[in-house]
Amino acid sequence: MIAELGLAALWLAAALAVLQLVAGSLALSGKAQGLGGVVRPVAMVQGGLALLSFAALIVLFCQTDLSVKLVALNSHSAKPLIYKLAGTWGNHEGSMLLWVTVMGLAGGFVALVERRLPEATMLATLAGQAFVSIGFYAFLLMSSNPFERLPQPAIEGQGLNPLLQDIGLAFHPPTLYLGYVGLSVAFSFAIGALITREVGPAFARAMRPWVMGAWIFLTIGITAGSYWAYYELGWGGWWFWDPVENASLMPWLAATALLHSASVLAARNALRAWTIMLGVVAFSMSMVGTFLVRSGILTSVHAFAVDPERGTFILALLAINIGAALLLFALRAATVTEGERFTVTSREGALVFNNVMLTGILGIVLVGTLYPLLAEAMGSKVSVGPPYFNPAGAIFAVPMLVVLAVGPLLRWRRDSFSRVRGQLLLPLLLALGLAAGVAFNRGIDLLPAIGLALAPALMLASLLPLRARSLMRTPLPIWGMVVAHFGMGVALFGMASDSAFSTERLVAVYVGDNVGVGPWQVRLDRIEPVAGPNWTALEAKMLASYDGGAAVEIDPQARNFWAPPQQTAESALLTRWNGQLYAVLGEQGEDGRWQLRLWWKPFVPMIWLGGLLIALGGVLALFGRVASDVRRVIARDKIAYRRQKQGR
Amino acid sequence: MNEGAPRTSRWALWLPLAVFGLFVALVLYGLLRPASRDIPSTMIGKPLPAFDLPAAQPDRPGLAQANMATGKPRLLNIFASWCIPCAAEAPQLGELARLGVEIDGIAIRDHREDLAAFLARYGNPYARIGADDVSAVQLAMGSSGVPETFVIDGKGTIRYQHIGDIRADQIPMILQKLQEAGQ
Repeated sequence: MIAELGLAALWLAAALAVLQLVAGSLALSGKAQGLGGVVRPVAMVQGGLALLSFAALIVLFCQTDLSVKLVALNSHSAKPLIYKLAGTWGNHEGSMLLWVTVMGLAGGFVALVERRLPEATMLATLAGQAFVSIGFYAFLLMSSNPFERLPQPAIEGQGLNPLLQDIGLAFHPPTLYLGYVGLSVAFSFAIGALITREVGPAFARAMRPWVMGAWIFLTIGITAGSYWAYYELGWGGWWFWDPVENASLMPWLAATALLHSASVLAARNALRAWTIMLGVVAFSMSMVGTFLVRSGILTSVHAFAVDPERGTFILALLAINIGAALLLFALRAATVTEGERFTVTSREGALVFNNVMLTGILGIVLVGTLYPLLAEAMGSKVSVGPPYFNPAGAIFAVPMLVVLAVGPLLRWRRDSFSRVRGQLLLPLLLALGLAAGVAFNRGIDLLPAIGLALAPALMLASLLPLRARSLMRTPLPIWGMVVAHFGMGVALFGMASDSAFSTERLVAVYVGDNVGVGPWQVRLDRIEPVAGPNWTALEAKMLASYDGGAAVEIDPQARNFWAPPQQTAESALLTRWNGQLYAVLGEQGEDGRWQLRLWWKPFVPMIWLGGLLIALGGVLALFGRVASDVRRVIARDKIAYRRQKQGR
Repeated sequence: MNEGAPRTSRWALWLPLAVFGLFVALVLYGLLRPASRDIPSTMIGKPLPAFDLPAAQPDRPGLAQANMATGKPRLLNIFASWCIPCAAEAPQLGELARLGVEIDGIAIRDHREDLAAFLARYGNPYARIGADDVSAVQLAMGSSGVPETFVIDGKGTIRYQHIGDIRADQIPMILQKLQEAGQ
């Protein structure tokens, strides 16, 4: 019953999306002006129905209704409730349903609250949102129906990939999806603005909170995903330039560029066509990312998400959506009038530089991700890894980070470097001092050395916009910028420190042996069997003491899941203010010795702390902007109300 | 950056669409590509190039061209710890090693610690591992990527080049190539 209800809601939502597109287009072309009024309500109801459908699937998973094919394939009655819940989106059909749900809700919310733009632009935007949604509804209903019943209910479910049975990962995909799909709103706004030729500050202000919201989720999603890969895969690394990771990084890079160019457009009415382009590119990167993950076209550690046949469908969708948007851009962008002018040394100039560099990094990542495919087309098989991405990305990232320190100090429109030179003296001296210190240090590679020298200077410089301001009266968006830029410095320091100072020990030890790694002494105390709800494990009880201090127990596990059977290494982490001890239990050798891998990673948590600070900066800016928007609306209503009263 | 210039020429606006068209063509090719990955190599029948690589791991010796001509066919696997298909290939190499095949490895642009972690995680089927930090030997072998596997006969001649990872269903084929190289 619930499955049928969910399916009906999905069909109805799809039908409303068609209505939204048709009514919007007709009203826009002037054939049926009266239809314009239904577009907003239809968009809201469509979002509600999609949500209802998704809620139905959640209920089916929580009940473990084994007569539903998707549940039988991806769940198991013995699984803890939280992972049954996460199972809803931990598979292809469910995640696509989540995708349309978020898209529908975002469209509905835009329809509900956005009143600043001309009504024609809103119609075009909502029609654009419906156009993209329809493709995904069709995909779900035709080839990936999540509510399909089995002819005979299954006796037991087939479980869920144990790697995915982790609290961090349970909420990682939905977070990223909110980011991916939130960018669809920017895409639709860009389409709407192109169709109605209404590109200006109002457009940028309307679009910005959506980009900001999506960007916050992407930032959190990437940060969490990186941490998950770090402790769950047991490799000690935090970023692998894996195609799936790149798929989440590319929309983030585009969205970051879009945020900055939108702020130029909002404040100075410049960079019009470029902002539109980025709006299209950001969501395109989300779709390309989803395609790369789902199609299995590239070999990846995330191979559990692969299904080649569906890849073709997503490719067709993306070809239609992105192709149409870029065609519209080619036809219309020339008629988007030129924006305000500015000189190179100005806030705009710095932001343009930031945009070019971010786009450069995006290009590097995209080319690197697709290169194996390109090489294969030319007859060879390759894998592109850190030896390419790190130096090539740094070519753009390092100049960008340097300008990041300077840009926020510059004035809009026209400024001179000599005005801000004095303020930058301190960060510059700090960077030079650290560079000299690092240069004298034992063999640190070039990139980590640059990072170590640049990061503290960047942190210091990012605080400079607060100078000579009253901290209480500083607007929230400024705080947001400062916190996010500071977070960049923090994350950079963590990355550089991990590359430069990590020490690793790979040893085979008997129970009772001592191992030293960095300043730590670790003793393997005993090995014990433990059991969880759907796994058994061998757990190493180890005593770790820092620099001769009191011993702390850490317990890495080698886990065996039994539905489906699979082994995972549960690493154990011990965090101090100045770094993390990372321990992995391997197999027992024939001589009775246990394999242990230990890392001491100084300051490595700063990577994720920085990521969270960047996201927090976004939250502050978004909150500040929305609050001032709300105040403006209230003030306007008050004036209108007074006028009305006086009129009487 | 069309605002920087006085006026963007119209063709530049078509550029994104053209680039996107290329992308679609490329991935369409990728989706529809034939299953066969066999690409005849120009190196087949030629002797190994001269090389002498230092040891990539403390517990395994390095690798020189002279080590390869042992009178018995061997596999030469070009890999790296940062290469994800290599991780996918590892169980198959382990299986081959269990079946008595002698395998030497060349680690491309790798770090010692990363490699140690990789071998600890995925097993170490290699008799010798040479460190090729600048891809010099890799290029001399006519290999453009990782992973690749060469069948080397007892005289040190390249008899077969396998591009990409060895999948489980390809193990019999590799064994057959080794047998052919032994005749």
